[in-house]
Amino acid sequence: MTLVEKILAAHTDRKEVSPGEFVNVTVDLILANDITAPIAIKEFQRIGVSKVFDPKKIVMVADHFVPNKDIASAEQAKLMRDFCRQHETLHFDVGQMGIEHVLLPEQGLVLPGDVVIGADSHTCTYGALGAFATGMGSTDIAAAMATGDIWMKVPPTIKLVYHGSLRKWVGGKDLILYTIGDIGIDGALYSAMEFAGKVVDTLSMDGRFTMANMAIEAGAKAGIFRVDNKTQLYIKSRVERPYNVYEPDNDAEYSQVIEYDVSDIEPQVALPHSPANAKPISQVGDVEIDQAVIGSCTNGRLEDLRIAAQVLKGRAVHPRVRCIIIPGTQQIYLDALTGGIIETFIKAGAVVSTPTCGPCLGGYMGVLAAGECCISTTNRNFVGRMGSPKSEVYLASPAVAAASAVMGRITSPDEISG
Amino acid sequence: MKGKVHKYGADVNTDVIIPARYLSLSEPAELAEHCMEDIDKDFLKTVQPGDIMMATTNFGCGSSREHAPLAIKASGISCVIAKSFARIFFRNAINIGLPLLECEEAVDKTEAGDILEVDLSSGKIKNLTSGIEFTARPYPDFMAELISTGGLIEHTKQRLAGRRS
Repeated sequence: MTLVEKILAAHTDRKEVSPGEFVNVTVDLILANDITAPIAIKEFQRIGVSKVFDPKKIVMVADHFVPNKDIASAEQAKLMRDFCRQHETLHFDVGQMGIEHVLLPEQGLVLPGDVVIGADSHTCTYGALGAFATGMGSTDIAAAMATGDIWMKVPPTIKLVYHGSLRKWVGGKDLILYTIGDIGIDGALYSAMEFAGKVVDTLSMDGRFTMANMAIEAGAKAGIFRVDNKTQLYIKSRVERPYNVYEPDNDAEYSQVIEYDVSDIEPQVALPHSPANAKPISQVGDVEIDQAVIGSCTNGRLEDLRIAAQVLKGRAVHPRVRCIIIPGTQQIYLDALTGGIIETFIKAGAVVSTPTCGPCLGGYMGVLAAGECCISTTNRNFVGRMGSPKSEVYLASPAVAAASAVMGRITSPDEISG
Repeated sequence: MKGKVHKYGADVNTDVIIPARYLSLSEPAELAEHCMEDIDKDFLKTVQPGDIMMATTNFGCGSSREHAPLAIKASGISCVIAKSFARIFFRNAINIGLPLLECEEAVDKTEAGDILEVDLSSGKIKNLTSGIEFTARPYPDFMAELISTGGLIEHTKQRLAGRRS
């Protein structure tokens, strides 16, 4: 069995599972946020049970439209808050909250071998920890909150093996954009993506979270990494419960094995209006930008901020550009503050915001007007994603976004820092 | 069910089905007022109850927002026919009772504005404009059971009742 099949089998009453089978899977953690929880709560109430199956396995994070951007979003956050209080579930509200997929691993709520379902498509991020994590809708989450399990179709696994060595300024974001550019926006539809090879072994946990995060942009059900020393080190200080490390069998069957030599890969940029529209930065051409966003569940971690600060230190954001930087959690914000990174950003002329998903999905804190162009470290650049349907979003790494903020046009960090 | 076809291309994503600027709404009727507005301004002006939405591959890709199938359903669309669906959208639509049919041939041989007649139980799709008939891919047994029970919430109610009895 593959890694994914082993984890799923361990969460059913069977010894083995194989792709295409429908199985009922017990879940270790259920997640919803301030825009998906309201529907989940309404559907949960329709089931007619008085209690959730286990309040310690349900976590709700207010991160999309909080601190509340308007009355409607305030009502949604309140509905979620009231539900969490009533059922005594885990709840992260303003002051403790962060962007859910950055926050949950940081809090030690996801561990290797877990099955996690979340009413948010980027739930697949936790695959970086060797967990099986997948996004679903609100009704699925409602049912699971009542029963503690959920139906799934066992996905086939595509193994992606990365060979070679990474060039300067090339990291997890570039690898995943390159991969999606290669296999397409539905290249892994209904499948799990297992990331492997020497190159991913060298990636930091932050880089792995970025890659697993965007598995959904290739249509995947999950993205997953094997557990190694870096994973163990990351969870060591956060663990509060036992966990299991699973390994794929030597004769595991993959639906595809795709091998890449990454030695010649440049920093990647996904052009409007698809994450699969990835191009090497040298082929992007002359694109002036109005805004740069550095943050999100894809690239709002400390390593991302460090890289952005390395580029922005002693430089100034171009006068035409609004540079918005969003640490993923309060802890990351604090670490960036004590490490002098926030000072670097402010002195460069960037703004730094409290953790929020805000601009990534055109919610608030950086919505684009018609005709505007943004380079962003987020995960989607669909029509209207960050605001006006006539605006444009280019996806890239924190290094490229920071360098572009300085130059006022999309550029490689090589151009400004050599 | 019978209705006029509103046809789209590949990768129709949840951001264009219902833009995130409306996600502070959760009432289906309110969401429906903005369905598809960023890629098809005429959709809301021309959609009639019972009409059918059609697209090529990977329909509904992107976010997990259940607001997307809710908005489509509340706009009056009776079912969506595509060559393939993104998986979260597929689950969401089945869960909330928006029927989906996968049928490559029907998509290839149907024009926007054609009138289709669809029989969900058999998966038969008849193009009344051209006279051609198609058969959609059948649902796996488990999904068919889920749909016939009335969706996931009803299914869950029955499971829990079974546990108690």
